[in-house]
Amino acid sequence: MQWLDGLIQGVLLGGLYAQYALGMALMFGVMRIVNLTHGDLMILLALIGISLSSALGIGPWMVLVLLVPLAAAIGWLLQRAVLNKVVSEDPLPSLIATFGLSVALQNAMLQVWSADTRSLPGGGIEQASWQIGSIYIGVLPVIVLVAAICLTGGLSQLMSHTRFGRALRASAADVEAAAMTGVNPKTVYALATAIAVGVLGFAAVFQGLRSTVAPADGAAQLIYAFEAVIIGGMGSVWGAFLGAMVLGISQSIGFRIDPGFGILAGHLVFLLVLAVRPQGIFGRN
Amino acid sequence: MTPILSTKGLTAFYGDFQALFGVDVEIAPGETVALIGANGAGKSTFLRSIMGLIRVKPEMIQLDGRPVGGEPPHRIVSGGVAIVPEGRRLFAGMTVEENLRVAIDNASGRDGTWTLDRVFSLFPILKEKRREPAQRLSGGQQQMVSIGRALLNQPRLLLCDEISLGLAPRVIREIYEIMPEISEAGTAVVLVEQDVSLAKQASDRLYCMLEGRITLTGRSGEISRDQIAAAYFGGSDAVA
Repeated sequence: MQWLDGLIQGVLLGGLYAQYALGMALMFGVMRIVNLTHGDLMILLALIGISLSSALGIGPWMVLVLLVPLAAAIGWLLQRAVLNKVVSEDPLPSLIATFGLSVALQNAMLQVWSADTRSLPGGGIEQASWQIGSIYIGVLPVIVLVAAICLTGGLSQLMSHTRFGRALRASAADVEAAAMTGVNPKTVYALATAIAVGVLGFAAVFQGLRSTVAPADGAAQLIYAFEAVIIGGMGSVWGAFLGAMVLGISQSIGFRIDPGFGILAGHLVFLLVLAVRPQGIFGRN
Repeated sequence: MTPILSTKGLTAFYGDFQALFGVDVEIAPGETVALIGANGAGKSTFLRSIMGLIRVKPEMIQLDGRPVGGEPPHRIVSGGVAIVPEGRRLFAGMTVEENLRVAIDNASGRDGTWTLDRVFSLFPILKEKRREPAQRLSGGQQQMVSIGRALLNQPRLLLCDEISLGLAPRVIREIYEIMPEISEAGTAVVLVEQDVSLAKQASDRLYCMLEGRITLTGRSGEISRDQIAAAYFGGSDAVA
């Protein structure tokens, strides 16, 4: 029974990781940018959300409504002002730029919010759960998982069936050919990053509800996103989702083997995938 | 009549290396012009400059008399130019129809001369394969997708970069058979070709390039093989 519980809690945990990983997979798939500010942006959004919540006296869902458009705007601006200038065949300039941004962002957050850990008050939803037999299933983790499925499915549909999605995939396949077919890559990139960071708006609210956030927490979240994307196969959104599930389940099962082994179990599975199947479980060669 | 495209003293560089030395070319609306020359003569550089992939001065390239040199590719496309790039450059991972739809989505703001159905009637095999991933098609079929994609940008000027390269003679013939239909639609065409007799046959006028310069120009029917040979390989000052 405890293994079934581990599996279920792992899938639910994977829901949150999927929300981190989605944007990273999108940005890598389209622009070959490994965005090292990904985790810090999520923390930044969570802190903004917590401040909004206390300043305006609003609940978490209202915070979500305000935060997602703000996140998308931040993403758009980030791409327009910084990343469009460093995106190229060479992955190094964008790595250096996002690394520098990450350091600057962490210090800026320390300045504004101090090193205290904070969380987003959820009005009881964070403790609510259903009991099925001897297994407890949290209401919030289920909402997180459903949101992750909807976001992944929505993004996948967007990429398959819309004009923007076609422009995105064309730019990912051959950006010069896309430009010669009339696509403006800079606009496509700006929208892609807006979506990627917009999704982090969801992740930020859920992270704030589920546990605590502090300015230096971004790096760990970045690693989870990165591992999920690698496990699943770089550049595919459902791959990132399933990679997040594998990571969540590995950690959750690991915790049940030994409480100190959980996070490490996730890393070991990641390393195993990297060694055995470097293109990712669902990636094509 | 204002030429649809003119280049004036076009020079282009890759870093310190100069690839074009003052190229003057004029294309009138609706005409088909061939551009021939050996490997490395600067033909592809010429097309890349027009498409905005190489930085050049604005006045060096004019569309309808308007300076456009150095504008980004998507602006050139919306100005009515489309290209069938060398090596086809289809979007891998996308179906034939999706490849074509990218062009429809981003067509220049002109009338819809070219529709998906019209491209499918030009190349019936593409209709059959519309749901297949583009990279799974044969070379000739991929070339058809690439041409269809360029046409669906609704160009008034179509640039074709080595569309016969690597294809079987039968397929080349099949592709060149549709050229008259493109011209009848009022589209001007620039054919960059290595195959000189094919280029001569299919064009109204012809330019020959050598080491980044135009060495010969004239009406395709009036230029002799000897003139072309001299202009193609250098050694004499051939101007028709």
